[in-house]
Amino acid sequence: MVTKRSPGEIVFDGLNVVFLLVCSFAFLYPMWYVLVSSFSDPYAIASGQVTFWPIDFTIDAYKLVFDDDRIWSSYGNTMIYVVAGTLINLVLTTMGAYPLSRTNLPGKSVLMALIVFTMFFSGGLIPSYLNVRELGLYDTYWAILLPGAVSAFNLIVMRTFFQSIPEGLIESAKIDGANDFRILWQMVLPLSMPVIAVMTLFYAVSHWNSWFSAMIYLQDPNLYPLQLILREILIQSSAQNMLSGATQDAVFRMSEAIKYATIIVATVPILVIYPFLQKYFVKGVMIGAIKE
Amino acid sequence: MAMTAKTLASRPKEPTTSKKLARTWRRIAANRYLYLMLLPTMLYFLIFEYKPMYGLIIAFKDFNPYAGFWGSPWVGFEHFEKFFESYYFWRLLRNTFLISFYSLIIIFPASIVFALLLNELRSRKMKSVLQTISYLPHFISLIVICGMIIDFTKSDGIINSLLVGLGLISEPIQFLILPEWFRTLYVGSGLWQSVGWNSIIYLAALSGINPNLYEAAVVDGANRWKQLIHITLPGILPTVLILLILNIGNLLSVGWDKIILLYNPGTYETADVISTFVYRRGVMEADYSFSAAVGLFNSIINFTLLVVANAISRRTTKNSLW
Repeated sequence: MVTKRSPGEIVFDGLNVVFLLVCSFAFLYPMWYVLVSSFSDPYAIASGQVTFWPIDFTIDAYKLVFDDDRIWSSYGNTMIYVVAGTLINLVLTTMGAYPLSRTNLPGKSVLMALIVFTMFFSGGLIPSYLNVRELGLYDTYWAILLPGAVSAFNLIVMRTFFQSIPEGLIESAKIDGANDFRILWQMVLPLSMPVIAVMTLFYAVSHWNSWFSAMIYLQDPNLYPLQLILREILIQSSAQNMLSGATQDAVFRMSEAIKYATIIVATVPILVIYPFLQKYFVKGVMIGAIKE
Repeated sequence: MAMTAKTLASRPKEPTTSKKLARTWRRIAANRYLYLMLLPTMLYFLIFEYKPMYGLIIAFKDFNPYAGFWGSPWVGFEHFEKFFESYYFWRLLRNTFLISFYSLIIIFPASIVFALLLNELRSRKMKSVLQTISYLPHFISLIVICGMIIDFTKSDGIINSLLVGLGLISEPIQFLILPEWFRTLYVGSGLWQSVGWNSIIYLAALSGINPNLYEAAVVDGANRWKQLIHITLPGILPTVLILLILNIGNLLSVGWDKIILLYNPGTYETADVISTFVYRRGVMEADYSFSAAVGLFNSIINFTLLVVANAISRRTTKNSLW
């Protein structure tokens, strides 16, 4: 629709573009600042010289970060949590969503109501914490993997998607003698790749970023995920631990540089894949927005 | 068996119900694989969602791990009374409410406005690039975001350097040490984190509006502002209301995550909220019953707010969650 714009509209469009560009700068700049700081000399950062480009380019901070055992072991743990956790999430969410999407399942609405209710009311932190201890999951990988294994919201999204698959397709497979497991595995899942992709991403990103359950359920540092190590370095400023034997001043300076390098090391995997996955995320939010 | 047959024969209504029952049983049997499939997921909800709800009973007991769940004595509403009378009660309620309320009145409309402005861009290409940039912060982990906040707001951090450099302030401000800055930092960083992501859903709603409406409006001589008022805003209203209800239902559930990472005893005065208090008293000090009671109080208020907001919206606009 090409129409003539009034002077007022031209001014508005111009201001709008400027305003949104300023916003985009504000969204990007903090990340850019961290990136250039991670390659800068710590003295230059501390004296405020770093703004847009690295000053006295150096990769010393990265050397220290990659030399640190805690970073490597927690990276490994995070991989375990992301892969195993996401797998558990997907299996349970799918196996819950598919039966509840079938029209003729007796008792379906009651079970559905029980699931939806958990979105609005829960036992809360303390009973959940005691539950994990009581089940003997405390200080094991399972304490991270099992609580929160199904998101009621994602289950509803998936169920809505399954409901859009033509009933006749499933009926005909049934007549051919396939049982429900086979129908789900061989017919429904291949048709549901978009929603599976979205769920995988949502679950995997939340595992990658999660830290609170690790903080309350884990004591053994060998089980810590990356985010918990980041917390020690970024929030509790324990980067000094990486630098035993250095002078006080050097320790302080280097710990500043290490902070930026660890942020980059911990964030790059997601930011690198992000542009490729972006359209799925948007699709996911939209599927979630469909009202039944 | 003979007795049953006789009774059935004498009461003509009975066979139909038993037939119905038999039919239901047949349907359940026919779907046995579906139930089997559903079992692990339902077990999850039972063990990790409903069992903790049942575990809330300890809020009415004096829970002692050695005496166990059932061995611990009942104390009725004692923990609730203790909480309501404590010095912390009003402070926690005020902080929880204010932090949520400021987030709601700033981030919620900002996300809508951001979506509307993006939608007004004439270049498709630019729109999609700016959109992509805007939800980048959503993927950065909270720990990293808080690490950045801590670093940027230090007295020699980039924010203070900028403000001093521009002559806006003469002395660096200790943002994270001064209680009066906590809410500003919390909401301001929240704005950065979530505006882009929140706007996705409005952009989806905007793209669902029938373009013919705009063409008709242009023919009728409506300018862009008139189109906004009469077509665009009514078009996204249902989406806005649903999200508003959900937000109101969460008014008292400010998460512990960001606050735990950013606060310190010096800023408890403005930063300590119900969930952080529950975490400190419960997990760190092992005062289980008392903090379970505080958590339950919080959940009940949230649930009530949600139900009320939903009812109001259903009555006034016919939009509701259920």
